[in-house]
Amino acid sequence: MVKVGLIGAGKMGISHLAILGAHPDADVVGVCDTSKMVIEAMEKYSPFPCFTDYKKMLAQAKPDAVVIAVPTKFHASMVKEMLDLGIHVFVEKPFCLHPEEGLALIQLANSKKLVNQVGYHNKFVGTFDEVKKLVQSGAIGEIYHFMGQAYGPVVVKPKQDTWRSNPEEGGGCLMDYASHVIDLINYLLSPVQSVQSSSLKSVFSKQVDDAVYAMMSLQNGVSGLLSVNWSDDTHRKMSTSISINGTKGKIVSDANELKVYFKEASCPAGYSRGWNVKYVTDLTPSVDYYLRGEEYSAQMDHFIKAVQGKVPNTINSFESAAKTDNAIALIRKAQQ
Amino acid sequence: MKMERILFGDNQFFAVNHISDEKSMAQSIRFKEDAAIIRTLDHAMEAGINTFMCTTHDRIANICEVIRQHPDKYRDFKIYPCMPYAHKYANAVTELGIMGTIKQYVPGNFFGSLFKGGVAFLSKDFLSIMELLIDAEMKMFKGINTPVIFLQNVVTDLLLGLKMKDVLVAYHDYVKKKYNAEAGFITMNMPALLNMLEEGGIKNPIICASINKAGFRMSGGKELYEETLRTREFRAIAMQVLAGGAVSPKEAIEYVCGLPNIESILFGASSKTNINDTASLIHKYDQVYATTP
Repeated sequence: MVKVGLIGAGKMGISHLAILGAHPDADVVGVCDTSKMVIEAMEKYSPFPCFTDYKKMLAQAKPDAVVIAVPTKFHASMVKEMLDLGIHVFVEKPFCLHPEEGLALIQLANSKKLVNQVGYHNKFVGTFDEVKKLVQSGAIGEIYHFMGQAYGPVVVKPKQDTWRSNPEEGGGCLMDYASHVIDLINYLLSPVQSVQSSSLKSVFSKQVDDAVYAMMSLQNGVSGLLSVNWSDDTHRKMSTSISINGTKGKIVSDANELKVYFKEASCPAGYSRGWNVKYVTDLTPSVDYYLRGEEYSAQMDHFIKAVQGKVPNTINSFESAAKTDNAIALIRKAQQ
Repeated sequence: MKMERILFGDNQFFAVNHISDEKSMAQSIRFKEDAAIIRTLDHAMEAGINTFMCTTHDRIANICEVIRQHPDKYRDFKIYPCMPYAHKYANAVTELGIMGTIKQYVPGNFFGSLFKGGVAFLSKDFLSIMELLIDAEMKMFKGINTPVIFLQNVVTDLLLGLKMKDVLVAYHDYVKKKYNAEAGFITMNMPALLNMLEEGGIKNPIICASINKAGFRMSGGKELYEETLRTREFRAIAMQVLAGGAVSPKEAIEYVCGLPNIESILFGASSKTNINDTASLIHKYDQVYATTP
């Protein structure tokens, strides 16, 4: 059993907690949140030991691993504290507010041989996983363009502010929404190297961006576009997609459906010339406990298994998430 | 009260498509007008389906209004509400936080009065908040026959993972007491949920779960689901029988009709032809298995 503590029982934290609660190899030894109301509800109705001070939780519950789901501005200092104590860390995305903070944490985690993972769950989605395999095998030839997109209805009218509407605390569409797409581009194709031009628009928010558009180049020389908007209520929930153009074909994928076009008959097994459509139902292994999507359970299972030493700590490491932080900074800098 | 064999679902009306964002958008365009929803419900009624299982989406309030205006036409019509419409809350939580969301959706100034006496609110008040939220969601169904009231899977399964058995039981008891209705639970974790409900003393619960030949969203595995259906006492509704299109309709219905202990099958469709075809398939295979010893 892995003794796990949770810090931050907000929207993502509670979801992680339920997944950990149902995981056969995880023993939830402590839940911590600064909201007295959330903690009292947990204390009354769940079996988990509850705390309002995470230092107390660490001292009393002595977790082997922690899941950190607090506002982004606290990530860097809190992650460092855990690593110093020899605790394995799963932290929500985005990783750090400033890219330089992440670099020190990568070194620390590696030197102490501690498992480190960031919550970019798209890497556990079956369709995107298949895109990765197709790209790596060179199935669509030489890649020359990509377009990464995400749309959803988060801020659809002027409303009151929370930490998510404060740019100093990691709020805004770029940090919260676009980070998922950037991370996916980094993973599927190559890390973002430079940003030629970007535009961060506030649609309804006063202080932060609600939409992000950028033209960027990757380390492998491929260039493409980013288009993300969280004030788009034509979508019922967040929908993330990527399209990739190559000399031998084209890939269009979202979290549900993968469409691949091959120009010629020479293509990978299971595909044929012309359009091919595959669904996440065929590409995603089932999980033991389901909440909101297989990928959320799969990423937590991966973290627990990495702590147990059953799988290598390679997916969503601090190192990969720091590249996304870096791209976010480049997009900010390139604003027109 | 026995549920009808076939229940009509509402995903198609609200652009819920687990497979394709493009189809979602097409559905959103197709069902823009409430009249299009009513027309489709009429097709379902013509096919002999008199139960509409629907989420507490804002637009359902308009549909309820039409039903109330035509009491003769909808005399035998029943709605099984499924609450809450989760995306409304999920998007609100991202924007407003948990406290902000409660403030926004708990009716009246209950929340204000909660804080007036300092932080001295009692733990039983959490269940009062839940009751107020249930009442808020049920308002639109006033005067309509709602014999079963469901908790949506995102909430059921969250409570299951958090091991909040007492909250599930409180939901069950409140729905019975206040609405004289049976509580239903939608889940993607049927065997684990049944264990928890039984531990909470709920006998023979109504559970609506993804049940299909492909094993899609059947957490714990298809075999465990089949064994649970064979050996345990509960009232099962099979949903997602087509596994999002992974199984052909014929194969899908044949599989589900052949399983023991499935009281009802839930499906949604947009066109008259699809409604009739699926209903006929269910009748056909029910006959086949009824006459097979």
